[in-house]
Amino acid sequence: MTWQDGEQLAPQTFPVTRADLVRYAGASGDFNPIHWNDRTATAVGLPGVIAHGMFTMALAGRALVAWSGDPGAVIEFGVRFAKPVVVPDDDRGAEVTVGGTVKSVADGVAQVELTVTCGGEKVLAQARAKLRVAAQG
Amino acid sequence: MPLDPSFAGRSYGPTGSYLVSREKIREFADAIGATDAPYRDVAAARALGHPDVIAPPTFAVVVTGAGEVLRDDPELGLDFSRVVHGDQRFAYQRPVFAGDRLAVVCTIEEIMSRGGHDFLTARSDVTDAAGAPVVTVWTRLVVRGEA
Repeated sequence: MTWQDGEQLAPQTFPVTRADLVRYAGASGDFNPIHWNDRTATAVGLPGVIAHGMFTMALAGRALVAWSGDPGAVIEFGVRFAKPVVVPDDDRGAEVTVGGTVKSVADGVAQVELTVTCGGEKVLAQARAKLRVAAQG
Repeated sequence: MPLDPSFAGRSYGPTGSYLVSREKIREFADAIGATDAPYRDVAAARALGHPDVIAPPTFAVVVTGAGEVLRDDPELGLDFSRVVHGDQRFAYQRPVFAGDRLAVVCTIEEIMSRGGHDFLTARSDVTDAAGAPVVTVWTRLVVRGEA
């Protein structure tokens, strides 16, 4: 693809189930029970089990890679965790949608602003990345 | 008890080297649902100019584990039951590949209080076997005030 200022990148949607959180806990080593145990989650004032912030960020990273075609293109990536992604204990789980806008392209680097939502609410804020892109002809 | 701002500047490590395996990269990619070939197939990674399978952009948290490093410092006294993840940022000097032997130095950059909460920013500097920088990882933790 060609990268241009103001370009809207195709939104990516990712389902998030309890099983995904268990698998992420194992792979990442983050076994905080708020990510798999309703009893613990509600005891600390959450509506229920929530996704690891880093799992949500990883989904945003999947969108970056889908757009760029190369995981190695990501040279900077930062987010603020604005709202938790609550994952109900059913087969559907939650759904995270990641959109992106190209803010600028200069010297082979595209700055991308991400919009990451769940149930219409922004779950990541100040979500930005810099991607190395092919020089524009 | 609020965090003591004088801990800013304290650093931990370097850790013993972490050997990044193809299997761990694939396990992490599976866990985030990423089926991309460069995470699993050496030929696909090489076709993109990489020396071996490449790690997903957030994989570095497996190696840095800043939260655990800080939790395990009894002098800092971080109450993990009140910690939430505030911000996360990665700045890559180069991607992480299978075969990398990575070491981490974690440094507390800042501790501040605002609105009854404490904010701790830690920077993890990840280097390869040659000592060359690979990725810098910032983690900001929020310690919610006791109501």
